[in-house]
Amino acid sequence: MSIKTLTSIGPANKIARSEESHPLTWRLRDDAQPVWLEEYQAKNGYAAARKALSEMAQADIVQTVKDSGLKGRGGAGFPTGVKWGLMPADESMNIRYLLCNADEMEPNTWKDRMLMEQLPHLLVEGMLISARALKAYRGYIFLRGEYVDAATNLNRAIEEAKAAGLLGKNILGSGFDFELFVHTGAGRYICGEETALINSLEGRRANPRAKPPFPAAVGVWGKPTCVNNVETLCNVPAIVGNGVDWYKSLARPDSEDHGTKLMGFSGKVKNPGLWELPFGISARELFEDYAGGMRDGYTLKCWQPGGAGTGFLLPEHLDALMYAGGIGKVGTRMGTGLALAVDDSISMVSLLRNMEEFFARESCGWCTPCRDGLPWSVKILRALERKQGTQQDIDTLLGLVNFLGPGKTFCAHAPGAVEPLGSAIKYFRSEFEAGVASSAAPATTGQFVPA
Amino acid sequence: MTQTTNSNTLIQTDRFILSEAEHAAIEHEMHHYEDPRAASIEALKIVQKARGWVPDGAADAIGEILGIPASDIEGVATFYSQIFRQPVGRHIIRVCDSMTCYVGGHESVVAEMHKQLGIGLGETTSDSRFTLLPVCCLGNCDKAPALMIDDDTFGDVQPDGVAKLLEAYV
Repeated sequence: MSIKTLTSIGPANKIARSEESHPLTWRLRDDAQPVWLEEYQAKNGYAAARKALSEMAQADIVQTVKDSGLKGRGGAGFPTGVKWGLMPADESMNIRYLLCNADEMEPNTWKDRMLMEQLPHLLVEGMLISARALKAYRGYIFLRGEYVDAATNLNRAIEEAKAAGLLGKNILGSGFDFELFVHTGAGRYICGEETALINSLEGRRANPRAKPPFPAAVGVWGKPTCVNNVETLCNVPAIVGNGVDWYKSLARPDSEDHGTKLMGFSGKVKNPGLWELPFGISARELFEDYAGGMRDGYTLKCWQPGGAGTGFLLPEHLDALMYAGGIGKVGTRMGTGLALAVDDSISMVSLLRNMEEFFARESCGWCTPCRDGLPWSVKILRALERKQGTQQDIDTLLGLVNFLGPGKTFCAHAPGAVEPLGSAIKYFRSEFEAGVASSAAPATTGQFVPA
Repeated sequence: MTQTTNSNTLIQTDRFILSEAEHAAIEHEMHHYEDPRAASIEALKIVQKARGWVPDGAADAIGEILGIPASDIEGVATFYSQIFRQPVGRHIIRVCDSMTCYVGGHESVVAEMHKQLGIGLGETTSDSRFTLLPVCCLGNCDKAPALMIDDDTFGDVQPDGVAKLLEAYV
């Protein structure tokens, strides 16, 4: 095998880390090369799987994950144990699937790539234990097509695990069978929505499905299905291996969320990167101590805590703590926990134009508010960017923020699209107002009245 | 034979036949799923890998193997952004246009590509060497701006590095 420098090499490979405090990343190599089976096992790999398969009842694994308080790491933060508990108790429904959402496409998210490229066996082990808990006989890793190295490394890890009796029939003599496949996608951000992902896996257009029924009852091919994010599944081995008490000791005392999180900072900071950090550290610590603050010549204008679908925050909000409730207190969501620094050279109107172009392009077109509302926002933002906006434009944008918000569309795509827009107008309204043409007629009674 | 009359209209005169290798690869993929339909996206990728793009007749041929209507295959082919329904260049440049790469200055990289290659996003050079496309966040945000050329991912791309980057792809 030739030595290839993986794209995901970064500070997570370099900071001091230990098995006790960095369950996700302690096995990473300093040279960022993938950790294959031999090395993974030498670093205690598959010990948790052995424990889960030989010593624990399926219900015990579910209860352990429930008790740990593990929450989904894909952005929504739904409690994993609760999701697992939704799988039907009816034993006759014995064809069940575990899907790994590895369709990492949220703008400013580069965490699952690192886990899959460098620690493919951690995901395989996490899926093996989770499949056992969920009584799933088959799993699919839904991987975005552009993650070429992740596909190669995951497939090699699966082959290694099969050869070692860690996947396939009667795994480790437990009588449990589980087979795992990598399914690569063909583009489209919406595939990350879990029911759209199921449609895509079935070979259909990736339109989200109506819920209920939830995937736990009627999922892929009509069977009970659980969809979990890569990082979520990668937390499972350590929780099962080291126990709930240890897991609950990881986060900072002020955090209501437990464990560690892959957090990052990008933008024009001195040291952009990704680090495994305890929940409850302050955003300031992440920004200043880890990312090193802004590069010389740039000032922090605002920041986004966790992906395109989270709201903008001001520098004064950096004291917020990085956990769901901590970021919730300052008015938005933690999302993926990978933050973006926006510097003072960036126009908010242009940035939002870029973002809404993305959301409009990636709308699946299924429901009207999203399909028609997002291009409308792009049209307005382009006009404001050219200083050709009208007096009504900002009200129209705020109307769209409302009408595309949570509960008004078929899935969370449009609400995610308007959250940053609403916050950008809230904090930087004058920049939007500056886009109104100087010759524009004053606002009349709006033809579009925000509710 | 494929004849181009204008940039958007293709008249495809030859009957489309899957090669034996394509046929075998699609059959192989079908067995990874409970239902043959699930292999439709993979089947399109198999055809695209062999030919660079997916000609019209492929929908019928794939539909026949999978036992589903050609219109369903076409519906899938036109939904996913990485399935190409018109010919593309020998090399695909995918420029990440996420907000992180915007902050990193990706628009100046796209402008430099336009200067060097004479094409904008969604276009193919007249010598069929490159097709330039936007792509969702490439998950390389600590090294923005990022782009891919074929299967290779690059980070920290700046306009003055574009010429050298393109050189390797003939």
